[in-house]
Amino acid sequence: MTRLDETLSTEDQREDADAADRLLRSTGPPVPPTKRAVPFPLQFWRSGIGKKWAMAVSGIVLLGYVFAHMVGNLKVFLGRHQINTYGAWLRTLGEPAFPRTVVLWGLRTAVIAAFFIHIVAAYQLTRMNRRARPVRYQSKRDYVAANYASRTMRWTGVIIGLFVIFHLMDLTWGTANPHFVRGDPYDNLFYSFDQVPVAVAYIVANIALGIHIFHGAWSMFQSLGWNNPRYNRWRRWFASAFAGVIIVGNVSMPLLITTGAVTR
Amino acid sequence: MHVTLEVWRQPGPDTAGRFVTYPVDDVSPDMSFLELFDVLNEQLIKAGDEPIAFDHDCREGICGSCSMMINGRAHGPERGTATCQLHMRKFSDGAHITVEPWRAAAFPVIKDLCVDRAAFDRIIEAGGYITAPTGGARDANEILVPKSAADAAMDAAACIGCGACVAACPNGAAQLFTSAKIQHLNLLPQGQPERWERVINMVDEMERWFGSCTNHGECEAACPKDISLDFIALMNRDYVKAQFKQRRLAGQRR
Repeated sequence: MTRLDETLSTEDQREDADAADRLLRSTGPPVPPTKRAVPFPLQFWRSGIGKKWAMAVSGIVLLGYVFAHMVGNLKVFLGRHQINTYGAWLRTLGEPAFPRTVVLWGLRTAVIAAFFIHIVAAYQLTRMNRRARPVRYQSKRDYVAANYASRTMRWTGVIIGLFVIFHLMDLTWGTANPHFVRGDPYDNLFYSFDQVPVAVAYIVANIALGIHIFHGAWSMFQSLGWNNPRYNRWRRWFASAFAGVIIVGNVSMPLLITTGAVTR
Repeated sequence: MHVTLEVWRQPGPDTAGRFVTYPVDDVSPDMSFLELFDVLNEQLIKAGDEPIAFDHDCREGICGSCSMMINGRAHGPERGTATCQLHMRKFSDGAHITVEPWRAAAFPVIKDLCVDRAAFDRIIEAGGYITAPTGGARDANEILVPKSAADAAMDAAACIGCGACVAACPNGAAQLFTSAKIQHLNLLPQGQPERWERVINMVDEMERWFGSCTNHGECEAACPKDISLDFIALMNRDYVKAQFKQRRLAGQRR
């Protein structure tokens, strides 16, 4: 039996170690060592439940972003003027109270911070979980309740992370898109999706995103402790609907443009 | 009935283990799974072999001793039962059954199918108690408890501490056990004085040993007492709330 947070006593490895020393190794000292007091947000972050809470809150921020991003991008079906005006509006958002792009950068900062927190927490929790079962089951496990989405969260998460880098290079920085023109999202999108491999990457990544949301948007209620018999049955419904809307909305763009169903 | 058992044999904590195959004949469908092991052990003893070590005590599903991973499921294929309440009629004739001990860093194998679950005791010691009132015995029912709270607390208190939740969890997390042990006290008036300290201390102790929850729901499906995932959500909520309860500092000069 090993504690996850501290190194083991080596008392039992002495020459003259007896059964009592070995028992101490296996059961540990009954009184945990006192930990140095740290400010409570840091202390909260140090706990697994705190990290799950942070993942849920950052997940909500990211859900909001994903939804708003999809709604904005669907304007591509309304024509060049609509989506390009929307793109320009994002930069002037908050004017005249705020200078140009300040509000946009505020929103971007929140999304980047949420993304960062979500990934760091996921990484640290995964490490914690691996340490909790160093010796895996030697026979085949038979899962009853865990579904495909919950079992693949780490994989879909990595796929989404890699996709976001490609997506930024493709349509924000333009480094992966030779025809990129700054401030013309309509043409950039069509140039991008005219290439079948790029469209396939978008479709695969957005299906992975939908699967990730299917579990995440349900899981966050548990992590935050939002559990009430009155609305519990709606939690699964909400997560399924959210995932469905995101998949349909985001996949429709590369699919319809690549297949030529929607043309310039 | 005839079954083929594939059982994890491990002579001691620090020695390597392996699966050993044992065919068992003349199995009665009315036998419990533990009685199958009794029969097999008698055969092993007669043949001069070392019997298989496995934990068991009450054999009626209330002590939480039995702990076997049967065909990849904690306590076997039957829902809401411990291994001792699983009967051989749930298996087909000629079945091939693989039996393995719980696997977790905090549950080291002692021998064969026996694991050391003392980490659960560490969690209980951290806060699974109430302050005992001193003085004369109080009248029965003097403390009013809402029926709904009493029911929920009773459902949580049904936990027998067998460790199936940890065994079934892909992350080796003990959230279901810990939340049940926290909430059966936190839901009742008697548990209120230590409520916030309890959740902090028990969760912190739990995280010294076990993994974290990713809400798969495997624990709930494996639990022989059908304890609900809802208690995990309640524990998470209490843990966050407890961060803001600074009762010890309020109004004190330090």
